[in-house]
Amino acid sequence: MMANLYLKHLIAALLSGIALILVGCQSLNNQPDESLYQQLGEREGIANVVEDLLYLIVDDERINQQFKGMDVAQFHRNLTDQLCELSGGPCTYTGRPMRELHSDMSITDTEFNALAENLILAMERNDIPTGAQNRLIKALVTMYPDIRNL
Amino acid sequence: MTARLLVTLTMALLMASTAMADIGSRIWATGGVTTIEGSAGGGLVPWALLGSYASDEEWGGTLALSRAEVDDYSLTVTGAGLNWNNRLELTVARQTLDLDSLVFTLKDGFGLEQDELNLDIFGAKVRLAGDVLYSPWGQLSAGVQYKRQRDFTVPSAIGARDDTGTDIYFSGSKLFFAAVLDRNLLVNLTARATRANQGGLLGFGGDQNNSHEVMMEGGVGIFLTRQWLVGAEYRQKPDNLNFAAEDDWWDLFIAWVPDRRLAVTGAFVSLGDIATLEDQQGLYLSLQGSF
Repeated sequence: MMANLYLKHLIAALLSGIALILVGCQSLNNQPDESLYQQLGEREGIANVVEDLLYLIVDDERINQQFKGMDVAQFHRNLTDQLCELSGGPCTYTGRPMRELHSDMSITDTEFNALAENLILAMERNDIPTGAQNRLIKALVTMYPDIRNL
Repeated sequence: MTARLLVTLTMALLMASTAMADIGSRIWATGGVTTIEGSAGGGLVPWALLGSYASDEEWGGTLALSRAEVDDYSLTVTGAGLNWNNRLELTVARQTLDLDSLVFTLKDGFGLEQDELNLDIFGAKVRLAGDVLYSPWGQLSAGVQYKRQRDFTVPSAIGARDDTGTDIYFSGSKLFFAAVLDRNLLVNLTARATRANQGGLLGFGGDQNNSHEVMMEGGVGIFLTRQWLVGAEYRQKPDNLNFAAEDDWWDLFIAWVPDRRLAVTGAFVSLGDIATLEDQQGLYLSLQGSF
């Protein structure tokens, strides 16, 4: 009986803890007017994320081979424009279409996951809120078939 | 970008080597955790996710230790799993149920001296199609669990027919990005054909029903951040024995995945009536290491 009573207190504490966390998330998210582009810090914020992403790619032995010989400045400009446009910002991506760009690279799931991981880490380094990270990835995931050439 | 940065990045890319990372590449927490039956999933329900972090060109493995303490029983589970190319998962698990208060019922009612029940579970799961994160329809897997009850005297005395049994299941899992308050929502649905009593701890088949029946199981979870997942699971159960009614299971869980190597899961579990002892509720804790 004692154990049962103790248990019910623990459960109540656990549940109210979860409720508190959920409420906390809601209040953090009370910025309905702020667009994804603004949450990412506009073009400058996105450019910083892409720069950190490049550093992570260079150190990542799963994928840095695929980037050998690329024009780093052009990559930085194109990806920044692309994320800017995708998040509703006033930019235009001028690079080649995704499918065409990746058609000869035979990107594996391992490589796709590695890049996704590095993008998340780059966003974390720049203190992009979790909700904005999720919204950007949601938009990027639609490119999966083009990048994997499926 | 400064010129110096450009030079640094370009030089580094030129010198890139081909070595592989030492742990799998799938995104954090996409291996689920180890269920009480060893397969990857939540706590009570196998999901379509395959264990560890192996992606399509990698191997991975998991080791797990779990314990559930409900009113009149405690369950300890040790499990291990291997994942090849995020295509095939092989698992093994040993469940030990301490009968605690049931010991007296068994002695007085059946003259049996038994203080624990052991169950071995050998599992295989194949990812049939899709990816939980990247495919519009999510990920579909099929699995089989071969179970061997090692202390059959008690299950036999209360009407179970066999000491071995095989569960077959199909499972679908899908992560919806930014679905609830901009948080990612994970949804899992599993259909399992089974004739196991209390998952097999009380044997297979019985005097009330002796054939496979399809049971529905499911779970939902919300990623508060990429390291914290909270959610709930429900598992429908057969009711094969006249000796005692068997109830569905459910749980509320919170999982912490600080990095790919470690996952810690805590849950409140409600297992209903088990072998005449009513309304078994309690806490569950599971540790999982991945390599």
